[in-house]
Amino acid sequence: MSTAIDSTATSTPVVAEGPESGRARAKRGDTATGWAFAAPFAVLFVLFLVVPALYGLYLSFTGETLTGSGGELLGLANYTEALRDPDMWRSLGNTVWFTVLSTIPLVALSLAFALLVNLGLPGRWLWRLSFFLPYLLASTVVVMFWSWMYNPKLGLINGVLAELGVAPVAWLQDPNVAMISVVVTTLWWTIGFNFLLYLAALQTIPEQQFEAAAIDGAGKWRQLFSIVIPQLAPTTALIVTLQILASLKVFDQIYMLTNGGPAGSTRSIVQYIYESGFTGYRFGYSSAISYLFFAIIVLVSIAQYKLINRRSAS
Amino acid sequence: MSTYTLSRGIKQGHKPGENPWSVSRMVALLVLAFLAATWLVPFGWAVLTSLKTEADAGASKITLNPPGGFSFDAYRKVLSAGDIPAWAWNSLVTSVAITLITVATSALAGYAFSRIAFRGRRWLYAAIIAAIIIPPQLLIVPLFRQMLAFDLVDTYWGIILPQAFAPAMVLILKRFFDQIPVELEDAARVDGANRLRVFWSIVLPLSRPILAAVAIFVFIGAWNNFLWPFIVTTDADLMTLPVGLQTVKSAYGLQYAQNMASAILAALPLVVVFLFFQRQIIKGIATTGFGGQ
Repeated sequence: MSTAIDSTATSTPVVAEGPESGRARAKRGDTATGWAFAAPFAVLFVLFLVVPALYGLYLSFTGETLTGSGGELLGLANYTEALRDPDMWRSLGNTVWFTVLSTIPLVALSLAFALLVNLGLPGRWLWRLSFFLPYLLASTVVVMFWSWMYNPKLGLINGVLAELGVAPVAWLQDPNVAMISVVVTTLWWTIGFNFLLYLAALQTIPEQQFEAAAIDGAGKWRQLFSIVIPQLAPTTALIVTLQILASLKVFDQIYMLTNGGPAGSTRSIVQYIYESGFTGYRFGYSSAISYLFFAIIVLVSIAQYKLINRRSAS
Repeated sequence: MSTYTLSRGIKQGHKPGENPWSVSRMVALLVLAFLAATWLVPFGWAVLTSLKTEADAGASKITLNPPGGFSFDAYRKVLSAGDIPAWAWNSLVTSVAITLITVATSALAGYAFSRIAFRGRRWLYAAIIAAIIIPPQLLIVPLFRQMLAFDLVDTYWGIILPQAFAPAMVLILKRFFDQIPVELEDAARVDGANRLRVFWSIVLPLSRPILAAVAIFVFIGAWNNFLWPFIVTTDADLMTLPVGLQTVKSAYGLQYAQNMASAILAALPLVVVFLFFQRQIIKGIATTGFGGQ
């Protein structure tokens, strides 16, 4: 009871005990408690993120292989080799190209879908379900569905084209088409996430703004461009950021749909890292490419951060 | 007026003064129906194929009305082969463990960062925020070496541990705890409750929605994750559903009906869960999606 009385005066009763020694003891107590709370996370964080990140950096300077042989320090040899490796550049180019091709429709179409669904037409739950459902599928399932859709002889797409009298397309085997096919599959699979974020953001636009605009005589399209899209700008910035970073890390669907082919035309940088490490058994070289790619991700993140901050400042 | 809320009913869909059957609304409805139908085609075609006989599934002319009729033969064959239920079990065990560990450790750490002035808090927090930028895909080689050293290759723990923490979730939970008034905790602390008691009996009950959101987000990610389980398991008995399916999808060869039946079976658990908890899942993903910036 007495403790109840003297600590109503302050919100941190332990610190309020008085003399210097008491304060120090309280602080030490807080440090112990704080670390006890943070420890379970911190242990996993250090063991499975900090340690592999540093170990990977070390490996990138060695000739380490799967068997553990050749672990001697090589200096920057892996890095200079990577920078002269045409396959590395090709994979990097594919990754950037995939990011451009996928980000644009994944942002623009998800906004269009969200705006349409948000009109309040009948059957809303069904529209939402249709666009979001693929996001819940594992990459393997997505790839099985789409390999079947793209099947050159038996697939639905070429089947429909045949009915229309159009010649069949080698969706995954033609180097000029394969990347587009991968992007279409990715669009189908992942648009639901961006769509949900836009839909949630649309609800937060105050209704009064539309009423005011309507009184001013602004039509639906005017409202869209003068109210809705500007109000969504922070959401768009977030979605573009998340999407670019997600697209840069593409691996699953490309690896399983085309295995990076035909002739390396769809191989992504993560697949090249995977192959250098786990089929080429060159752990050191693979780690060096990982770090080169990480440098790019950091640069992209910094650029986006600056762009977003500049926009919100002005 | 609730015209722009996610949960609004169909009846209040249009604004009062507006003609619900105007031409422009009909056009929008047609566009929407066309897009939704397009989005459902790969599902529908997979279901249709899985219900055909192998002979009809492999016929080169597309048909909605196969001469061999429809049956569940492909499902029966796939299930009797035995691997899919085992892989689904592996996925369930590992995803549940990953979710529980991630939510528990992130909530504890998030609370510490939000409320406790402990020494080293600043640099630990800075390190965690900086780590959000590191893509797990880039750590596969050193992590695999570590798993070899720990003797965790081809074990549940080998699949679970590297996925069982998420820096972004600590951030999301810390931000949520920041908004809970400290006064609620002070009263209990005054009565002599220690930090853990306060956390357990006051903070956690107030945080149920955000904890559910984080759990849903983490679970879906873990259930569907491919690359790490693919790297750390070679034993077919320990594979998760996405990894196991990948190993057999080529083994089915020309058996397209069975191939599609196994894909549908793998998709089913999460789709069914979604149909039951649609609102919570959508809310959870939107919340974590926005919090993860």
